[in-house]
Amino acid sequence: MNAIEVLGLKKSYGAVHAVQGIDLTIKTGEIFALLGPNGAGKTTTVEILEGFRTRDAGDVRVLGCDPHAQGSSAREWRNRIGIVLQSTSDSGDLTVIETIEHFSGYYSRPRNVDEVINSVGLDEKADSLIRTLSGGQRRRLDVALGIIGNPELLFLDEPTTGFDPEARRAFWTLIRKLRGDGTTILLTTHYLDEAEALADRVAVINEGKILALSTPTELGGRSTAKALVTWRDGAETKSETTDNPTSVVNALATQFKGEIPELTVTRPSLEDIYLRMIGIAHE
Amino acid sequence: MNKIPSALSLGIRRGGLEIKQFSRQRESVVFTLLFPVILLIIFGSVFKDTIAPNVTFSQYFVAGMIASGLVNTGFQALAITIPLERDFGALKRLRGTPMPASSYFIGKAILVSVSMIIQILMLLGFGALFFGVDMPTDINKWITFTWLTLLGSACSTALGIAFSIVPKSGRGASAVVTPIVIILQFFSGVFSIFTQLPTWMQQFAALFPLKWLTQGMRSVFLPDSFASQEVAKSWENGKTFLILILWLVIGVFFSVRKFKWDRD
Repeated sequence: MNAIEVLGLKKSYGAVHAVQGIDLTIKTGEIFALLGPNGAGKTTTVEILEGFRTRDAGDVRVLGCDPHAQGSSAREWRNRIGIVLQSTSDSGDLTVIETIEHFSGYYSRPRNVDEVINSVGLDEKADSLIRTLSGGQRRRLDVALGIIGNPELLFLDEPTTGFDPEARRAFWTLIRKLRGDGTTILLTTHYLDEAEALADRVAVINEGKILALSTPTELGGRSTAKALVTWRDGAETKSETTDNPTSVVNALATQFKGEIPELTVTRPSLEDIYLRMIGIAHE
Repeated sequence: MNKIPSALSLGIRRGGLEIKQFSRQRESVVFTLLFPVILLIIFGSVFKDTIAPNVTFSQYFVAGMIASGLVNTGFQALAITIPLERDFGALKRLRGTPMPASSYFIGKAILVSVSMIIQILMLLGFGALFFGVDMPTDINKWITFTWLTLLGSACSTALGIAFSIVPKSGRGASAVVTPIVIILQFFSGVFSIFTQLPTWMQQFAALFPLKWLTQGMRSVFLPDSFASQEVAKSWENGKTFLILILWLVIGVFFSVRKFKWDRD
């Protein structure tokens, strides 16, 4: 059973072909990351899946339903999904707990309000007005409102923008816990380390097409890419690109009779692979 | 598995939330609820004349202010605040939940009704205490008052929601909506005696609900002898009812069909 099935999805705005034939299958229970530069067609694709936009062509099934269905079946469907949008704010005149409690009333089997507040780390702010929250705290409230309905499928659009490193780690733990509970998660992000830390599979999208789809460690032949060994020899920094970094290090160890000065062994990061794919020269 | 809550029960919950939010915005509470009373104090103090036997200007003005209060708390307030909510992204977030559009509209209608009730009580209270405004004693007048207020609120709410699609942004909404309301108030005889306005102004105003609401409220608060001084020489309450129903249908149609949840 797949959570999301997309076949031949197309969408244009006038002369702009935002999405030019996307096929995508997201399995139930996985965390899937969609990567791509601004204007790649990422947001359009996700908003079609969320039922916010119409499509020009293609078959789309989200939890077995067409997201564009109207009427009472749309309510049943929305009851099973959670959405964390990119930019949302409120007038801020309600407290955190009032807002989350209110939203919990929209769903047939919501999570416990206090547990949700605790899981996004807003316990101390529960009785504060939203207007007094920092940017990162507001973002965590957005996430809380996305998961309060106990969704089977959660859309997360740039969820950790504005988080400090500590908050981001805490957020990753929360997302892994949601997956542990069986939630399917579709994540879009600008942070490659986030995709690497969380996603079971990633797709890179650019100019309305999917360029690659794989696990983060295998994307773009990353796992089989040559390794780069660098070290210092006197005043000079030397490097060697190789398929066999272990033998290079062994040879160096013999040469230096023990510790190799400033030794590093690296393979291309997900970011290197990603930037190469979307065609940006990267040093 | 539990059922999804009904649209009506969610609408009532939204109404409670809207009132809570509104009551915490001190500026808008003061502006929306006290403004008509302030106008009554100003006009009631400036114009002390009697405009007909047993009819003071204050009496005439209270009828007009209650009618235009319906337009202020419904049409004007919603057509300004909904584009703001849309700019915030709050509407798009709501649309992503199982809450149906009808619950959102019901919540707005509850907010409008509650602020209307408070406004009417304050206007009548101030009018009776300080400006000698007489309350009707005939039960039929109170029945007219009740249906006028209910229908007027519904009509004003629906038209406010429908008109919220017109302003391009929340920041510009007030500049689009406020002049329309002020012009309609002048043309509909809220600030002056309707029959003393130029004929073209009267005819233009007759296209819109405010003129009819104002006239209907005069039928409640002015003696029946005054009816002969209206343009049609009568209160025309039947016609008022039909015109309000027509505008209500127009408002509901555009609200349901054209409501915009997202900026794009």
